[in-house]
Amino acid sequence: MAETHSLQDMRQQAAVAAKVFIQRDYTNGTVCQFQTKFPSELETRIDKQQFEETVRTLNNLYAEAEKLGSQSYIEGCLACLTAYTVFLCMETHYEKVLKKIAKYIQEQNDKIYTPRGLLLTDPIERGLRVVEVTIFEDRSLTR
Amino acid sequence: MHLGVSESMRECEYSQISTRSSTPMETPYKKRTPKKKKWESFPGRNKFYCDGRIMMAKQTGVFYLTLVLILVTCGLFFTFDCPFLAQHLTPVIPVIGGVLFMFVLGTLLRTSFSDPGVLPRATADEAADLERQIDVANGSTGYRPPPRTKEVVINGQTVKLKYCFTCKIFRPPRASHCSLCDNCVERFDHHCPWVGNCVGRRNYRFFYMFILSLSFLTIFIFAFVITHIILRSHRSGFLNALKDSPASVLEVVVCFFSVWSIVGLSGFHTYLISSNQTTNEDIKGSWSSKRGKDNYNPYSHGNIFTNCCAALCGPLPPSLIDRRGFIQSDAPQLAPPTNGITMYGATQSQQSHMCDQDQCIQSTKFVLQAAATPLLQQQSSEPVILTASPENGGSLPGRTSLTLGGPCTSLPLSQPTPPTSTPSLSCHEATDMLPIHGHSHTHNHSHPLQEPVAHHHFLTPEEMPSPPGMLPCGSPLGHSHTVQAGFYNPASQDSLHEDSVRGLVKLSSV
Repeated sequence: MAETHSLQDMRQQAAVAAKVFIQRDYTNGTVCQFQTKFPSELETRIDKQQFEETVRTLNNLYAEAEKLGSQSYIEGCLACLTAYTVFLCMETHYEKVLKKIAKYIQEQNDKIYTPRGLLLTDPIERGLRVVEVTIFEDRSLTR
Repeated sequence: MHLGVSESMRECEYSQISTRSSTPMETPYKKRTPKKKKWESFPGRNKFYCDGRIMMAKQTGVFYLTLVLILVTCGLFFTFDCPFLAQHLTPVIPVIGGVLFMFVLGTLLRTSFSDPGVLPRATADEAADLERQIDVANGSTGYRPPPRTKEVVINGQTVKLKYCFTCKIFRPPRASHCSLCDNCVERFDHHCPWVGNCVGRRNYRFFYMFILSLSFLTIFIFAFVITHIILRSHRSGFLNALKDSPASVLEVVVCFFSVWSIVGLSGFHTYLISSNQTTNEDIKGSWSSKRGKDNYNPYSHGNIFTNCCAALCGPLPPSLIDRRGFIQSDAPQLAPPTNGITMYGATQSQQSHMCDQDQCIQSTKFVLQAAATPLLQQQSSEPVILTASPENGGSLPGRTSLTLGGPCTSLPLSQPTPPTSTPSLSCHEATDMLPIHGHSHTHNHSHPLQEPVAHHHFLTPEEMPSPPGMLPCGSPLGHSHTVQAGFYNPASQDSLHEDSVRGLVKLSSV
């Protein structure tokens, strides 16, 4: 029973030991990218490769959202011509990718992070400033 | 089982709120109680309408003026000039006029009502983490924190990221804190009183299309009203023509004065878009080659076409502030902002009622407060003050003697700090107008240290005559910092000392 609601239970019943914040990486300009440097607090909890893989995938997804390509130009021009009313019925490309990211984070949490007592918070909930990794106390796992 | 859980919770000293919300009995009950939406406790100085769908700056008087000017001029044009023109020339004229008018209005409303790209403030956890990192990085010597900047190399150029004390974040590159709206805005261009909002990443294209279409509309109306008068005067003489169509005179006058500023502004922004700069960066000369041989704009895509496409047709990022979402009860970040609102509310009324005597009293208070706290390393803190409170905008008294050499001391040309004060100037004036304002500023105030005093009087946009942009020199923040000073955290210590210096300055001037 604890496993089915593991994510919610983690948030509500386990004590939060610490929170690690993965900051933005601005070396490529204002595009949304996060630092792939592995924080020392997570050394005991998760494999470095796995974590970096998660962050790298997130970075790729954000890059896809902000990509300047023919698709985004067509969407922009179409939107301008219809006085942006087209977005009443259609989602912007960025929003579609954000949904993809939310799903990816949920999936990563379920598969990798929650079993290790960690929780990734979707950066959009933090204004795309940080990836918040909540570290829960070990006790919660040994229930 | 729940009891067992809650007991273990008490042992762990876990917050009770979460345990209550986990019980299924509670949730249906909770749903019935009205939940507040996030816009209702938004910490910035913004106004929200239509349940958070519309977001504007606090002072919207000039926006209504813009709206009235456009509506009245176009209304007069369609009522008095169009019938004649449609009859004697072609009915296409009112049609084109109508299309232009709708476009102008649409883009104006879109610019004014949308979120310019406000960055939400850091949660308490984030802020604490950042503070800890900064302390660790700097060895936490003494109680005065060192300047909070981070250097980042972007495409070969070194860019300084400043720490925003209000929002408790390191600002992303090209972001700036608007002192009028009290928000950090991404790719901050300027705060435009004419549209009643900041112009930033999310509404820059609408702003540009607004001024571009308004230029066309103004020129269109101007040209056809002149045509109308000329055609009429061919028939019945010039004076009779004016008598028959008196509205045309008003239209010509409005259009004549608008054309210069609007067309100039459009040209300026076309240049900015093609070089992928913000008004902020252009005014500060951040990427100007005058600064150094190797100085170039790291954000530019290389060619004008790509820059234009990126600015106008690029992907539109969604709003980061989630205005219409519901506040989560276990979200700690929302607790401080509600205090912030009342504080700012207090400071707003404070500064709107400021008179010389009040300033004197305030100044004395600042000085006494500062005297009560140990003022170690005051001299070395000068650079700290500058970078620590960039959003304060106004030139700091300690530095005014140094910066008065240039004409634009009230403008942040010589200082790295206050980007927010200039942008609104450029909103309705071309850049060549700036030195004039700077000159008039220094001319009016013979005593250099009176600069901060002058800023106070400019603050309420309702008062502003021609240069509304001169306002946002951050003095409300100066006051808000004094309110915060009571909490005695490191951030407010900086502002406390800064305020004490300001206080001394004011005392000398009052």
